[in-house]
Amino acid sequence: MSHSDDHAAGNRRDFLYVATATAGAVTAGAAIWPLVDQMNPSADVKALSSIEVDVADVEVGTQITVKWRGKPVFIRHRSPEDIELARSTDLGDLVDTDSRNANKPGEATDQNRAMDENGEWLVMMGVCTHLGCVPLGDGAGDFGGWFCPCHGSHYDAAGRIRKGPAPENLPVPIASKDGTIVKLG
Amino acid sequence: MSGIPHDHYEPKSNIEKWLDERLPIVGLIYGTIMIPTPKNLNWMWIWGIVLAFCLVLQIITGVILAMHYTPHVDMAFDSVEHIMRDVNGGWAIRYVHANGAALFFAAVYLHIFRGLYYGSYKAPREITWIIGMIIYLCMMGTAFMGYVLPWGQMSFWGATVITGLFGAIPGIGDAIQTWLLGGPAVDNATLNRFFSLHYLLPFVIAALVVVHIWAFHTTGNGNPSGVEVRRGSKEEVKKDTVPFWPYYVIKDLLALVVILIIFTAFVGFMPNFLGDPDNYKMANPLQTPPHIVPEWYFLPFYAILRAFTADVMVVQLAGFVTGGIIDAKFFGVLAMFGAIAVMAVVPWLDTSSVRSGKYRPMFKWFYWILVLDFIFLMWLGAMPAEKPYSTWSLYAAFYWFGYFLVILPLLGVMEKPLTPPETIEADFDSHYPPKDADASAPAE
Repeated sequence: MSHSDDHAAGNRRDFLYVATATAGAVTAGAAIWPLVDQMNPSADVKALSSIEVDVADVEVGTQITVKWRGKPVFIRHRSPEDIELARSTDLGDLVDTDSRNANKPGEATDQNRAMDENGEWLVMMGVCTHLGCVPLGDGAGDFGGWFCPCHGSHYDAAGRIRKGPAPENLPVPIASKDGTIVKLG
Repeated sequence: MSGIPHDHYEPKSNIEKWLDERLPIVGLIYGTIMIPTPKNLNWMWIWGIVLAFCLVLQIITGVILAMHYTPHVDMAFDSVEHIMRDVNGGWAIRYVHANGAALFFAAVYLHIFRGLYYGSYKAPREITWIIGMIIYLCMMGTAFMGYVLPWGQMSFWGATVITGLFGAIPGIGDAIQTWLLGGPAVDNATLNRFFSLHYLLPFVIAALVVVHIWAFHTTGNGNPSGVEVRRGSKEEVKKDTVPFWPYYVIKDLLALVVILIIFTAFVGFMPNFLGDPDNYKMANPLQTPPHIVPEWYFLPFYAILRAFTADVMVVQLAGFVTGGIIDAKFFGVLAMFGAIAVMAVVPWLDTSSVRSGKYRPMFKWFYWILVLDFIFLMWLGAMPAEKPYSTWSLYAAFYWFGYFLVILPLLGVMEKPLTPPETIEADFDSHYPPKDADASAPAE
């Protein structure tokens, strides 16, 4: 400190040190950034548009799994029992009270989870919100919905987390239905 | 190498002098392999050589496998079968590489628990210990990425689960996970970068091993008595030590031969014993195997990861205190990495003035319970994620943390240790009394 306090030349030298170090740091950062950024999704991976799925053959009480953006999507044609079970659940019993639905934000009621008013169609990502396994479907688990075999997360008939380590309901992607065609994305 | 006084290399012939003036490499090698080593080392001091051997074995077999392997999602699985069926002797090289990883981890756990018992981590060897822990972390990263390469079901889903750990970080987790994977899910980009890094990391480990050895050559080796080598003069040093070459090289090679007999028998007769049959099915992103199990060497930490679910009180407390930022998922991840972190900082947690566990009557009990706890966690990690295993995992995880964070700091204050021998020579002589009365001069 002493020399810079005493001499104007010292201050100028300090300024040069700081300026050089700053320029060096900015240059190094600019040089390193492409090396980091190259690991982000490449253009061809990002260029995944929407897909359309024909669900005419999906019988009541069954589901299909389609691959969309590298991940499975569940499309379930729910039975009246499924719907009854999901709609009779008290919101107070839920772990996650957010609908996690890109199309219908709000509370995690079954109406906000299902695709249509009657709740016949449930479309959601087939990726456990714990660590990304694909849950088993067709009424698996303690709540008549899905069960993740990896770490034991139970989802109910509306895909809402009820028990186990997963923190959130299975997310519903942006999706729409026109006739028998479900459009994802 | 500084530290213990010992004879140095003296170039004699003209050519030796010529080289030594330009590159003192012979002196460096001489100083490294002639290092005075405590003469009371027991058989638990062989694992270092076994580990060095494993690293070389894995690099050589790995480089060969890379000549025949194709890192592409459509071809990786088939190229491994190509190695197994078509490449000359390829099956042997792959089985040695796969089981070599198991030997590597078996040796590293014995090496680490040796250190935990004899207090190898204590001053002045903290840096050696920390470097060792970094090597261990690199080993886990390398092994994990290597397991993804055959592109079987366990490869794919193991990669999904483990990269999902990074997705648990609040706020930026998803971006980090996408960055690691190179896409929204484990796919070709992931496989390619894992192959690249799996090839790179062993060389990083090799460099770290050099630093690890450099560090303990500076402080001198630990030994079962925990007493330091006397450094007053070369004569004193000679009473406490023998040169690494030839004494310990021969001893370590004998141990290595025995271990390799067992290893080759294992590779020859039961090469798939430690593998998962599901990994002989090609990766399918749409179907998770009913029971995802990591390789055995990850199981203890996997059990800790799964132990902390939303209904556990400390998890709820952490969520309440942080306003929900730390949820059960993130807590589990923190616990898993924390389990390794507490082991890494053990030099500053153990308050006892006595280094070796041999002279710590209370410590011994807690230490052996820790060993059993580790084995118990390993077993629990392979069990399904349901009661009673999840509850047991929780208790076992609590003991793991309790040992490092509570027991070790308190023991140093509460325990009354026995008196360690005055010198390494005295410790050695108590096991092997000198036959000649003249040679049994008092230690001081």
